[in-house]
Amino acid sequence: MKLALKDLKCVRGGRTVFEGLSLNVRDGTGVELTGPNGSGKSSLLRMLAGFIPAAAGHIHLEGGDNDVSLGEQCHYVGHLNGVKRALSVQENLAFWTEYLGGGEIESALSAFDLENLSHIPAGLLSAGQARRLGLARLALVHRPVWLLDEPSVSLDKGSRKFLSTAIASHIKAGGIVIAATHAPLGVKFAQSLKLGTGGRS
Amino acid sequence: MKAFTSLVARDLRLAWREGGAISTALGFYLVVVAILPLGLGPDLNLLARIAPGILWVALLLAALLSVDRIFHNDHEDGTLEIIALGPLPLELVAAAKATAHWISIGIPLTLAAPILALLLNLPANAFWVLVLTMATGTPAISFLGALGAALTLGLGRGGLLLALLILPLYAPVLIFGVAAMNAVITGPSPFLSSYLILCAITLATIVLAPIASAAALRLNLN
Repeated sequence: MKLALKDLKCVRGGRTVFEGLSLNVRDGTGVELTGPNGSGKSSLLRMLAGFIPAAAGHIHLEGGDNDVSLGEQCHYVGHLNGVKRALSVQENLAFWTEYLGGGEIESALSAFDLENLSHIPAGLLSAGQARRLGLARLALVHRPVWLLDEPSVSLDKGSRKFLSTAIASHIKAGGIVIAATHAPLGVKFAQSLKLGTGGRS
Repeated sequence: MKAFTSLVARDLRLAWREGGAISTALGFYLVVVAILPLGLGPDLNLLARIAPGILWVALLLAALLSVDRIFHNDHEDGTLEIIALGPLPLELVAAAKATAHWISIGIPLTLAAPILALLLNLPANAFWVLVLTMATGTPAISFLGALGAALTLGLGRGGLLLALLILPLYAPVLIFGVAAMNAVITGPSPFLSSYLILCAITLATIVLAPIASAAALRLNLN
């Protein structure tokens, strides 16, 4: 499997955020996205997920499932957790299992240390716990490509270890991880991509 | 199909847990219908004549109260992005959420209508047609509402704009819903012709509104 980005161009609000961006990511590889604020890290991830159309260039997942869109083969973790406050932790994950067609809730709970919280309404979780619940989707439903936008926000040191373990084991199992981050995630990324300074027009 | 039903079931569960939308809509419906006779005076003949119109307009306004919530919460907490990356095309996502809105708001309002009709001295032979036309028209109200909710998603104060956008689209439902009821109460126009047009409006809306809603949602995820 190979994720190929060719000559990508991103225009937001009339401003060219980046252009001529090419990148090949083989399976079993992690890519670290760095760059200052406004350099287009989030835009690139949203483009890969299919939310933003590319102004030029194309994206292709070689060896992926050609019947479904790239977005359906991706996990996108953005700034928001996608957690329903009125549902319990368990019910949140149960919905994603049914909707996305996923696996075991128990193992996803343990992957992010949520077993003891499973019957608590998600509205009562702290910011870090809610983040972990949002991330538990990664372990719940298998998808080859993970797009992570600042995944470690509001996680404490112990919780960050669960995240880095999940990322490392996904890479080891032949997955692709693209993570935009300012703080080190504690994972060795094979590739790194530094986006420009932003503000160019 | 499993994804569709799971989305409907989740929305119904959330509507039940959060509770506010259903009781607000029912309470608003009751208050509007109850307050109008106070303004019009206790003329029973007059009330009976305008009852179909009042019941329908109040139902539209009550439904409108909750319509802006259809996508708002999912957009705000990031759930919509994840749903968009799921197996359902956005057209069916919009249809599922409109269906859940109809079940949680449209059906309770339809069932409350005959009770409120007592307050307005609606003729006894019109009760069945009241329930029938509302059961037929409320899906169109939910699906058009979903379209308005998708268009105004992400706007700070989208509620008022939503009403401006959607109320004119409700006009055909209102006209033929009331016409079908008046046909039974006063005649002489046949009931079936108005009722079948109402059915056609609802069916066309169920097909077309999700397509437009999905286009609006795509723009919003951009």
